[in-house]
Amino acid sequence: MPWYIELARAIVGTIVIFSGVAIIAAMFGVLLERKISGWIQSRLGPKHVGPQGLLQTIADTIKLLHKENIVPRNADATIFASAVVVVPLAALLDYVVIPFGTTRAGPLIFRDLNIGVLYFAATSSLVVVGILMAGWGSNNKYALIGGLRSAAQMVSYEIPIGLALITVAMLAGSLSTVTIVNAQRTVWFGVVQPVAFLIFLISATAEVNRVPFDLVEAESELVAGYFSEYSGMRFALFQLGEYGEMFAMAAMAVTLFLGGWRGPVLPPVLWFVIKLYALVFVFMWVRWTFPRFRIDQLLNFSWKVLIPVALVNLVVTAYVVMVLHP
Amino acid sequence: MIGEAIAFYLLAAAMLGFGVVVVTSPNIVHSAVALVPVFLGVTGLYILLNAEFVAGIQVLIYAGAITVLILFVIMLTVGGTGLRIPERNEQGPIGFAVAAALAAMLAIGVTHTAWGRGGGALPAYTPGAIGQSFLGPNLLVFEGTSVVLLVSLIGAIIIARKEE
Repeated sequence: MPWYIELARAIVGTIVIFSGVAIIAAMFGVLLERKISGWIQSRLGPKHVGPQGLLQTIADTIKLLHKENIVPRNADATIFASAVVVVPLAALLDYVVIPFGTTRAGPLIFRDLNIGVLYFAATSSLVVVGILMAGWGSNNKYALIGGLRSAAQMVSYEIPIGLALITVAMLAGSLSTVTIVNAQRTVWFGVVQPVAFLIFLISATAEVNRVPFDLVEAESELVAGYFSEYSGMRFALFQLGEYGEMFAMAAMAVTLFLGGWRGPVLPPVLWFVIKLYALVFVFMWVRWTFPRFRIDQLLNFSWKVLIPVALVNLVVTAYVVMVLHP
Repeated sequence: MIGEAIAFYLLAAAMLGFGVVVVTSPNIVHSAVALVPVFLGVTGLYILLNAEFVAGIQVLIYAGAITVLILFVIMLTVGGTGLRIPERNEQGPIGFAVAAALAAMLAIGVTHTAWGRGGGALPAYTPGAIGQSFLGPNLLVFEGTSVVLLVSLIGAIIIARKEE
């Protein structure tokens, strides 16, 4: 294939992923979050804009786009501005290896890399650079503490996520996401590997900085953490990155543990969407149910509970795969 | 081939540009952040060479972990902002001499090497082949590296414990 067609495909793919993430993950995700939080707290949630408040986030987005873009006087302008690009970009890159479904022409995926799972771990680890840049560039103590907390938290929770990913890759015998989904033809890996599934879900909640692990942006202590100083469009881009990352984590959990697009009767893409939203609902349910942890509890939990359990699980899985069922 | 050449020169130019920022910036945080595009450029070169696994590891370890480590260390030092750390000292001429010698050695090395073309076909599944090579012919080197990492891990724990 000539290079300019490849380039055009990459540009079109980027636009598709960006608008998909912006509309489905960020805008619809925010609406869902507000509706579900309202339901859990016996409120109605947004109700006035559009039928049943469906257009509320569109109104909010337009408002954010119109707002003035404020840069604090002592902020480091270059880093302050470039952090905004890094966070959503890292979230968008995650979607390259997620198989959304399958058609007669093959699986619906941007690129079936043979290092898919590794690629996912790599791109999701880039978010923390953006968060540190935002925290430092704002020249604000709350933002800086938020950024540092996030770095400590994400570095700690990347290890259990990596170990859970390796466990699944060992079962499937491949790092490619399509091969992993195909390996779940008979039984989901979530059933075979409930421990790895649980570890992945807990660590994913921590990776995307959601309650009960949202110390990065704990309102009562840090205002809004690393993005306290951001306004308007830049704030919207951070929201986009955050929700994009959450949906990417849920999509990866579906791919690795819930059989991806596989399911009876309904078309594959629909199955994928159903499972994706089921997991997103679990994330939101957890957010509005559990209180926030303290930072020391959070780090202890990762290093003293999750990592040892994940390591034992890895060794047991390796034993089963290599010795019992070679 | 034209596409690959364009990609290579774009990546090389971006890497050199950000590399200059890393070395010359008066602000140490700017230097650390400018390392990220340099590492990503190296990733791009690995992808051009069909070394996808190495590219993934490059992003995970260098762009993700090492940069965060550097930024974290800067922000935990005196002042927390990294602005008071001097970027230059009196050893400039020595540093320049070492850098010039290194550049000359690299230039000689690159121009005097007979570069092999077409190193054989790629295995169908590279991560598996890399794993086999680590636990097969290169086992000693692999285990040696893990011992070095273990020693640094234990050393870090001991240093952190001392203050209690």
